Amino acid sequence: MTQTLKSPPDESPEPPAGRRWWRDLLALARNTWRGLTSMRTALILLFLLALAALPGAFLPQRGPSPQAVQDYFTAHPTLAPLLDKIGIFNLFSTPWFSAVYLLLFISLVGCLVPRTWEQIQGLRARTVAVPRNLSRLPHHAAGTDPRSPDDVVADTRRRLRGWKLDVREEPDGVRTVSAERGALREVGNLVFHMSLLALLIGIAVGKLFGYEGDVIVMADGSEFCNSGILSYDTFRPGLQVDGTNLDPFCLDVDRFDAQYRPDGAPESYRADVRYSDAAQIADGAAPTPATIQVNDPLRFDGERVYLIDHGYAPQFTVTFPDGQQRTQAIQWEPVNPSTFLSQGATKFDRPGVTDDATRRRTQLAITGLFAPTSSGGGVVTSTYPALTAPEVAADVYRGDLGLDSGKGQSIFGIDQSMVDQGRLVRVDRQNLVPGQSLTLDDGTTIRFDAVKQWVRLQVSHDPAQDAVLVAAIALLVGITLSLTVKRRRFWVRATPTAPGARSTTDGRTVAAGSSVELGGLARTDQAGYGEEFDRLRTDLLPDRPTSRHETPPRTDPDEAGPGDHGGSG
Amino acid sequence: MNVDAPLGDFGDVLFYSALAVYILAMLLHAVEHGMLRRVASAEAVPAAVPAAVGAGGGDEPGTTTVVPDDPAAGDDAAGDDPAPAGPRTRDGRPPRPASERFGRMGVSLTVLGLGLHIAMLVVRGVAADRPPWGNMYEFVAAVTLVGVLAWLVVLFRRPELRRLGVFVLLPVIVLMMLGGTVLYTQTAPVVPALHSYWLAIHVTAAVISSGILLFAGVASVLYLLRSVHDSNGRMAWTAKLPGAAVLDRVAYRATAVAFPIWTFAVIAGAIWAEAAWGRYWGWDPKETTAFIAWVVYAGYLHARSTAGWRGRKAAAVNVVGFAVMSFNLFFVNLVVTGLHSYAGVG
Repeated sequence: MTQTLKSPPDESPEPPAGRRWWRDLLALARNTWRGLTSMRTALILLFLLALAALPGAFLPQRGPSPQAVQDYFTAHPTLAPLLDKIGIFNLFSTPWFSAVYLLLFISLVGCLVPRTWEQIQGLRARTVAVPRNLSRLPHHAAGTDPRSPDDVVADTRRRLRGWKLDVREEPDGVRTVSAERGALREVGNLVFHMSLLALLIGIAVGKLFGYEGDVIVMADGSEFCNSGILSYDTFRPGLQVDGTNLDPFCLDVDRFDAQYRPDGAPESYRADVRYSDAAQIADGAAPTPATIQVNDPLRFDGERVYLIDHGYAPQFTVTFPDGQQRTQAIQWEPVNPSTFLSQGATKFDRPGVTDDATRRRTQLAITGLFAPTSSGGGVVTSTYPALTAPEVAADVYRGDLGLDSGKGQSIFGIDQSMVDQGRLVRVDRQNLVPGQSLTLDDGTTIRFDAVKQWVRLQVSHDPAQDAVLVAAIALLVGITLSLTVKRRRFWVRATPTAPGARSTTDGRTVAAGSSVELGGLARTDQAGYGEEFDRLRTDLLPDRPTSRHETPPRTDPDEAGPGDHGGSG
Repeated sequence: MNVDAPLGDFGDVLFYSALAVYILAMLLHAVEHGMLRRVASAEAVPAAVPAAVGAGGGDEPGTTTVVPDDPAAGDDAAGDDPAPAGPRTRDGRPPRPASERFGRMGVSLTVLGLGLHIAMLVVRGVAADRPPWGNMYEFVAAVTLVGVLAWLVVLFRRPELRRLGVFVLLPVIVLMMLGGTVLYTQTAPVVPALHSYWLAIHVTAAVISSGILLFAGVASVLYLLRSVHDSNGRMAWTAKLPGAAVLDRVAYRATAVAFPIWTFAVIAGAIWAEAAWGRYWGWDPKETTAFIAWVVYAGYLHARSTAGWRGRKAAAVNVVGFAVMSFNLFFVNLVVTGLHSYAGVG
């Protein structure tokens, strides 16, 4: 981001009419480029970026919280569709948000390229020559030295180790030293801005080639395999991911364990798993055991597996009148996050029925509420999230579950319209603890066997994540350098005093003394340079200086932050 | 993880003690400020009353440089190097104006308050057996602590800024009052998602940067007031503030220190989010607002070096930045539901 330079007045004579249009076009392009890469434009774009992101702080976003967006639509039926039209609920992927940051980054590139070039040139350039009148600098001191100018220069060289330094000769044996320090400031500045670019590219690559999927797995040794989109309950692919080429791996969830404090607050969650990566699957090798905890995902081969949710799955065994048995445990949905009171629907087809009409009369669903620690009594509620006294309040429905209607239905409930039409009828309602069973009018018994636990895992794949981290660290280093390193200059001019002249400082006669002048200029932030200059002065002019002054600091136009820019662009 | 409730309650006692001491300190600074007006309006400050003393070279640490009560002279003295030594009394020390004595008492009390404040957070941390910034009450307590600490560091390096005391302590006190009432939470453990050493790293960085930015925000507000006064003479009381250039400079320096720390806080948060939530960035409301604040502060640092933006416009940007930070703390935690909803309020 560079400072706008007023374009010099066009002094060229009127061009021939035939060549004028492309010259105009060129001028337009040049002015647009200059305008776009000017610091003011960059600033405006920065503020636009902040402003554009602002709705994201107030309004729910589809990415992180789709449910909240639904709720917002319900609460604001007229406003929400309007906001949706301009993409407010997908704010960070809207064209207008992208336009702002892309323009900003173009502006950034337009500034970085010339400044990097300048910096490279600057590495080879000599330091700025000593100003003629050092006493006009903000920091200045003068004194005498009994040694010759050459010795003074050699001494200065030793003292200014680490500074970029040039010694020059002026007529009449005068020697000067010009020194600079703090070039790292601009280096840090460039590193910072380049890292920003790298960061953006890394994020983009992740959005293109990464994916995220959620899946619920029973914590009873059940297996999940990363074979395709259909393995997942929800799948969020990157723009270049079609789900056909996922890295194969399989994962068995053996156990889930949650610890709670006496007041029911959770203390820890932990899942014991075994996983096989592509090589292990190919070789038929034994899977690797691992644990997944909150804040501690499973990482292997660029895949990350997170434990993001858990819940209970009551297991029921249905014994049909003909003696056939079916056992099933499917996840129920926690409706109270602190007591884990859950609701759900475990659905059964009568085995051996081939006739659709009969089947639609005999399907069973066990719905209701499940409490891991039941309060007891007629109405089941839960008092504690851990599995200490489980009880289920079961409503048993029989009839047509509507699974063949072609309409999707929730796995956590039954189709209420079927109940309303009388095609699905409640045939029993009882509270059961594990081991208890109920018997329906047709002799079917339903036993509440036990309770299983399920975990919701999230599989994340982002090939650019490490690159993003490296860019972020480089960014941090860059910004720290560019805000802490101070650019400053220091000059020494040693003029030989006439041979045999008397040095007034100590009354000795010196053969080849020098009168020494020091000057200092802080190019960025004045604060603090005064002390450093004083130290240099006491080291280089150990005798009492004949004169010394510091002009009060003023706001140096050069004093700046990350956008510190002395040059033009 | 056991909670020591009585110890936690003792922490609350320390919190209120610190608050009370700060209020007293602010009152003393206010008295100092009020007396400055009298001195200034009395015009007849004899030249014999030493206006300013540059202590020695002005560089030895620990030496306090006295600043003239005359606001006009204050501008000149407020630079890097204190004004040259003025006349002294026979024992070599200048008599202290009454306003200065009040100001010094204010500073002493601020230091005392800081001690109580630190003790409060230590006690809280020991009582809860974790870093003491797991809910909004503790977070506000920690941020204000850093704010006061930042102020005292600035004061140590630039004693002539003591007149700012009342204005720095005011937001600290307001925040602590909010923290002690609306946001108050008993000592308690935190949810499993917060059981991570990143709590210490990410939140500590956020606390430190927020505290320093609090001071920077105050300095920029005062700069704006002072520079308005400089151009149209209104708001005469601001004439007693340090000069506009000095305020602008301390605001910038504080922001320049805080910005990399804030950047680190955001990056550390992203690293933690990657481990806890499965992605390093997900535009959670807190993340979005942290990003906005970062962009605004980046804008401030750029604005300060852009022709046409220096001065008031840049300072206004800094104030907006601080407003975004406050919004992030209060609105996003209390009103918006997001992944960062650990406020523990309610």
